[in-house]
Amino acid sequence: MKTIKDVGIVGYGAYVPMYRIKNSDIARVWGNDPVRVPVKEKSVPGPDEDACTIACEAAKNSLLRAGIDPHSLGAVWVGTESKPYAVKPTATIVAEVIGATPAINAADWEFACKAGTEALQGAFGYVGSGMAPYALAIGVDTAQGQPADALEYTAAAGGAGFIVGPAEESLAHYEGSYSFVTDTPDFWRRQHEHYPKHASRFTGTPAYFYHVTNATRRMCDELGKEPNDYDYVIFHQPNTKFPMAAAKMLGVDKEKVIPGLISPYIGNTYAGSSLVGLAAVFDVASPGETVLCVSYGSGAGSDVFSFSVTEKITEARNKAPNLKSYVGRRLEIDYATYARYRGKIRM
Amino acid sequence: MQDVAIVGVGCTPVGEPWDKSLREIAVDSTWNALDDAGTDEVDGLVVGNMSSGNFIDQESLGSLIADYGGLGNISAFKVEGACGSAGAAFKAGVMAVASGYHDVVCVTGVEKMTDVVGNSATKILANACDREYEAIHGVTFVGLNAMIMKRYMHDYKVTREQISTFPVNSHKNGVKNPNAMFRREISLDTVLNSPMVADPLTVMDCAPICDGAASVILTTRERAREFTDTPVFIKGCSVKVDTIGVHDRATVTSMAATKAAAKDAFAQAKMEPKDIQTAELHDAFSIMGVIGLEDLGFVAAGKGAKFAADGEIAIGGKLPCCTMGGLKARGHPVGATGVYQIVELAKNIRGDGVIDVENGIAQNIGGTGSTVSVAILGRDD
Repeated sequence: MKTIKDVGIVGYGAYVPMYRIKNSDIARVWGNDPVRVPVKEKSVPGPDEDACTIACEAAKNSLLRAGIDPHSLGAVWVGTESKPYAVKPTATIVAEVIGATPAINAADWEFACKAGTEALQGAFGYVGSGMAPYALAIGVDTAQGQPADALEYTAAAGGAGFIVGPAEESLAHYEGSYSFVTDTPDFWRRQHEHYPKHASRFTGTPAYFYHVTNATRRMCDELGKEPNDYDYVIFHQPNTKFPMAAAKMLGVDKEKVIPGLISPYIGNTYAGSSLVGLAAVFDVASPGETVLCVSYGSGAGSDVFSFSVTEKITEARNKAPNLKSYVGRRLEIDYATYARYRGKIRM
Repeated sequence: MQDVAIVGVGCTPVGEPWDKSLREIAVDSTWNALDDAGTDEVDGLVVGNMSSGNFIDQESLGSLIADYGGLGNISAFKVEGACGSAGAAFKAGVMAVASGYHDVVCVTGVEKMTDVVGNSATKILANACDREYEAIHGVTFVGLNAMIMKRYMHDYKVTREQISTFPVNSHKNGVKNPNAMFRREISLDTVLNSPMVADPLTVMDCAPICDGAASVILTTRERAREFTDTPVFIKGCSVKVDTIGVHDRATVTSMAATKAAAKDAFAQAKMEPKDIQTAELHDAFSIMGVIGLEDLGFVAAGKGAKFAADGEIAIGGKLPCCTMGGLKARGHPVGATGVYQIVELAKNIRGDGVIDVENGIAQNIGGTGSTVSVAILGRDD
């Protein structure tokens, strides 16, 4: 897919809560092997943090880098599966906090872990069609992992926002994108349930890998490229293993994945996952380099984006805290504190 | 009583075919066997299945498979005996032909286990033990087998390493079976160091949760050569039961039902263990394979692990076991397993398997030995 007008990313910003719990500590509590764990540690939102506060931090960092008047935004869209309110938009709070209201479109998007890239896909269409000069799309989650479930090791908190604007102002030029969706029930959470359910290994081959590889190959075919033509490749990262396996399937060199592979250090930030990885790549990419970003959302689908980094990246990246600083800003907590912060103790 | 012969075999690849329903794999398997027999007509269908009602909310499998298989208004029903359902269904099919009730019978074992998530499969499988006295306390099948293995190791001073040669052998044999779920070799170290499920059983000591269907076509000696030049005859076939709970048994390191079924089957066949050339054992857990060797009379009590560790169960050994991967590597779609064993044994005997033998034995266990079938197959005398 391509837009009518040339567009790109004019600002980006991420945020990761400071608290960390080690996977080995989770394994200790549940009597599992502390070595056979999916990631080293995961981020934990503090007691006063939720998907909305994280989205606000990411939005503010995005605006710092874009250097635009918040009132020039035509949309603030938040993709998440951790909405603080079941009914009441998160996006209106974010828009109010950054001073973008009232002449704005604001809404929450939901598509499991690809809600954020779904919002980004929409933002490219919104700006690319001329309906708005700028649009902010955020992917964020404070993911829920049931105690003792395999997902508890990785369900983490964090997010990243991206402001889409005119190509001439872009720090990364949008070259094209693709969305690939089927009805595949690999992971879900019904109304009024605290934790999601998942279909074990079904989440792999017919879900994650099928959608990620198909979406990537189809976009690359449309653009006349190969996945390994890119300088950086970011995949949705529910753990360390899946994105590396996807890279192998697509013939992508391992070293192209590493700069955007953040889940080993902060876990899976769900709707924020691939977008946090994209922010990490924008922190280090040089002008002229190309970036492939692939999300995955259960239910299921993948969004794929192709970018080429411009010279504006060099100045813009220093206007807000980079991802490395958020990853390095860590305070380790034990399982009991984690259980309290995440509201896992219910009498 | 008429002699009964297997004149067609078929199965589906064991695995996680998420895009196929139970009826699809059951019909595929049934028609594979019918095609192998060169016929499209049977007058009876016996379905082996453990728990379709719990796994996929579907019962009445006789009607379902006959209907979707286009078999018409034939006699069709399901036989259940936990993980030994298919072995019990096979016996029902043999009896139907031997008694003269039916001329040509298809026995199809089928199980679709991968449509449930979380711990549901473990809970459903626990229905095979005594719900009121065992499962109600939270015990699982792997837990029960772990206790049996611990007791066995204690009583016979046998090491875990010796017992765990069983999955190594099964995986090696599974490589050559295109229908096996796992077609890769594993080392003893891999078994010992894989994640612990229930001490001392690791993941690699345990058969996988999977889907599959297998079928055989049975007919009388009189009609067998209408269908094939290489009929395989049922020399002995028996199903016996024991107490449903392990706590009511005099010993947990031996299965009285296996011994009783083996005694019956050997008597029917007029054979002894020394006459048997290959064995398809119910190696759902490593320890089950070891105990099976002993209860079927191939080795003395306490000697099964050493027999396996010495390489005697390998192809080329004294008694090749689980020649197409066994439950561990071919896979264990519970209510289908017993027919997979018969299919593999029949192929080995009729000449299109992986070894060349004149006869063999299959043992299919339900529960922790509460329902056991033993079948002895062989070429025509």
